[in-house]
Amino acid sequence: MKALKLGAIRVPIILSVLTLITFWLALAAPGGITTIQINSNATSTGAAGEAFRFANITAITAQSAWISFGLTALVTALAWWFAITARKPSRWLSIGFGAIFVFNILISLFNGQTMTITALLHGSLSLAVPLVFGSLAGVLSERVGLVNIAIEGQLLAGAFVSAMVATLAHNPWVGLIGAMVGGALVSWLLAVFAIRYVVDQIIIGVVLNVLIVGLTNFMFSTFMSSNQELFNSPPRMPSIDVPGLSQIPVLGPVLFSQSPIVYLMYFAVAGVWFALYKTRWGLRLRAVGEYPKAADTVGIKVYATRYRSVMIGGALAGLGGAFFTLGQSLAFGKEMTNGAGYIALAALIFGRWNPVYAAFAGLLFGFAENLQYSLSTVGSNVPSDFLLMLPYVLTVVLVAGLVGKVTGPAAAGKAYIKS
Amino acid sequence: MKLELRGITKRFGSLVANENVSLTVQPGEIHCLLGENGAGKSTLMNVLYGLYQADGGEILLDDKVVKFSGPGDAMAAGIGMVHQHFMLIPVFTVAENVILGHEPTKLGGVLDMAAARVKVREISDQFGFDLDPDAIVGDLPVGVQQRVEIVKALISNAQILIFDEPTAVLTPQETDELMAIMKALRERGTAIVFITHKLREVKEVADKITVLRLGKVVGEASPDESASELASMMVGREVDLEIVKEPAKLGAASFVVSGLSAISHNGAKVLDDVSFEIHQGEILVIAGVQGNGQTELTEAILGLQNKATGSIKLNGEELLGKRVKQVLDLGVGFVPEDRTEDGLVADFTIAENLMLDRADRKPFVAGLNLRLAFLREFATKLVKQYDVRTQSIETKAGKLSGGNQQKVVLARELSRDLKLFVASQPTRGLDVGSIEFVHEQIVKTRNSGLPVLIVATELDEAVQLGDRIAVMYRGKIVGIVPSTTPREVLGQMMAGISA
Repeated sequence: MKALKLGAIRVPIILSVLTLITFWLALAAPGGITTIQINSNATSTGAAGEAFRFANITAITAQSAWISFGLTALVTALAWWFAITARKPSRWLSIGFGAIFVFNILISLFNGQTMTITALLHGSLSLAVPLVFGSLAGVLSERVGLVNIAIEGQLLAGAFVSAMVATLAHNPWVGLIGAMVGGALVSWLLAVFAIRYVVDQIIIGVVLNVLIVGLTNFMFSTFMSSNQELFNSPPRMPSIDVPGLSQIPVLGPVLFSQSPIVYLMYFAVAGVWFALYKTRWGLRLRAVGEYPKAADTVGIKVYATRYRSVMIGGALAGLGGAFFTLGQSLAFGKEMTNGAGYIALAALIFGRWNPVYAAFAGLLFGFAENLQYSLSTVGSNVPSDFLLMLPYVLTVVLVAGLVGKVTGPAAAGKAYIKS
Repeated sequence: MKLELRGITKRFGSLVANENVSLTVQPGEIHCLLGENGAGKSTLMNVLYGLYQADGGEILLDDKVVKFSGPGDAMAAGIGMVHQHFMLIPVFTVAENVILGHEPTKLGGVLDMAAARVKVREISDQFGFDLDPDAIVGDLPVGVQQRVEIVKALISNAQILIFDEPTAVLTPQETDELMAIMKALRERGTAIVFITHKLREVKEVADKITVLRLGKVVGEASPDESASELASMMVGREVDLEIVKEPAKLGAASFVVSGLSAISHNGAKVLDDVSFEIHQGEILVIAGVQGNGQTELTEAILGLQNKATGSIKLNGEELLGKRVKQVLDLGVGFVPEDRTEDGLVADFTIAENLMLDRADRKPFVAGLNLRLAFLREFATKLVKQYDVRTQSIETKAGKLSGGNQQKVVLARELSRDLKLFVASQPTRGLDVGSIEFVHEQIVKTRNSGLPVLIVATELDEAVQLGDRIAVMYRGKIVGIVPSTTPREVLGQMMAGISA
């Protein structure tokens, strides 16, 4: 038998390590039970409520940990068998494993508490909104050939401008438009420096992030915080129950009882996907991101295409930023985006520069972040510092371990200089 | 459509790329633009195609003056171009590449891919191209990619078609097919501008020839003129196209490669059981279309292919598994195919480049210091010996012309105590004078009793330089034949058909 190449056994090795962790979890499983509640609490959803309620499930924590160990071991064995017989490992193997693994950890973490599935998912979606918008901004920017490190700055600008404009106009919708303008302005700066002044795109992205943090902090301290009433008390943007759809059990309250910004997100993901792959606009955009000179030789305006696409991306990121303030009825706070832009960047890569995959990656990261909040509110005995780490650890493991080598748009990061 | 260029001048800073160039191409005519590398052929065509703006002169189509501010304008006016480096997006399908820039759409800018496929098939069938509109371009062989490029130029109904060095990447068979396509286009009344420096091709298809040298038109010629006349017009002096070399005095077979195989990083077999031997005092040329394993072969010899298996023996010593430095120390001289990327450090001076491979040892170092005085003396001597045209040995290597850069590389490699000399495409992109010099040096090295391995992609060079020719195709050696083998047979071998 030929020696196995590292590339072929990477997935089985990772799964084996994780299986060892489930084994340890099973050994160390605390005695107790976890209650799983599938539906939402009646009070938290809209007046209509769900059409059907499932009974609560009680699981003995230790028992379920051993069952999980058995299942993960089985999947790992399958993965090894695939690798040794040189078969192509199915992606569903990893996904199935991930689902069991995460569920197992949830049960042990919620030991002695009630785990409300609907609430977990609802929170995940909310936290994912800025990530999804941010990764769409990344898709539109990198697909056209500009590396967008400045997503964080675009989100933060969106959050700041939306809070201020909505307060001044006494209208959250005007605030949303302001957020789009704010995000687009930041991405315009990125485009100007990267395209016209040919500054390294990574460097200008980082600089813009620092600049926006400084600028918003400065304005917040100088006039915003002392005049909260005047500048920083955005009106509420109430969440809307979509009639009918919101009554679907589990999914209804998760997907269709949300802030209008979430509905905008659904349209944005679908819209960006359609535009990229099905329209003339998208074909040209992708051509510019792959091989700008080829696009130039068929009469496509490379620079204009880049400016336009990057700025539309910035506007979308602005919407994501507005979710921090308008979407959650909060006032603007210093650095309130808290690194979401960088996670969005990871979601973009994990999603292979595809808007739909990137959106799912954003949801996954939102889930990890939400877990941290839910656990600290139910009072789990896991140290909170460890939980704070969770989304970032997940990011590193997923991007480095499971994604492997992916190739993005060929011309991303390279300036195009017309001779 | 009739094309006329009148007094086109194009400058890049102080460099005059085109000076007062005039040219007329009639419909149904193949007009060859002949000239050496750097004569300004591509610049002229880029002006015509709207990629550059001329500093003087005008372009006339059917006797009407036109102005192009970009390739879009040129295309709209009926000018198409088949680029030397294909302007195709590797991850797009054939249909997507072809329609890019003038996409058929339905309501609201939605792409009409069904219409695109029909259009691709339509044009493809006219010429018997047999293109699959849904194939990913990056997966297609180079010859087929060029057909995509031609279809792309024709889809906007081009009346004037520019072919910029189209045969550089083709096998002899593919070249013949391209010539047939050009003739078919001529029949349809298309005006064709064919840029090349290969005299054989010019003589085969040209109706008219314009020769460019140093940016100026030096004259028009008819295809009946002899190759050596055309060559001297192109170069500006008498040139000897023949390489003079006395019969080989063969010594022992001191360089033996046997069963050499290698796998690329994505698992493809790039070298497949390659075996050959080279005698002392013999030149073996590896011929073949670029990308058939030649690069990997030279890399394996040098120790840059760590996934190679088999054996490479020089004077009985195994090279495989040794590090590059050990291989060089065993007396392997190596000229890489990309001199600016792998042969030189562009930001280093000539002197520094000359000692790159021995900067760590005596006599170049004393204690921890470089002996700069010795280096100066050493570099001055080599620059003179190898006729590097430069003001100073302190000139940065990147500032030299291609020919002089190659002389620096040769000087460094040949000034060591060699047991084997390997050169990959040593004359690529050089002017005729430098080519002669490089050929002389190679023959001299062979006459000194060294085994010499040359990778050549141009058949003419292979036939003239080699004592024997090994043809590679898809990582395999198709056959090793004497250099007197007819071109047709070699061409077949380059397409994988063994003699």
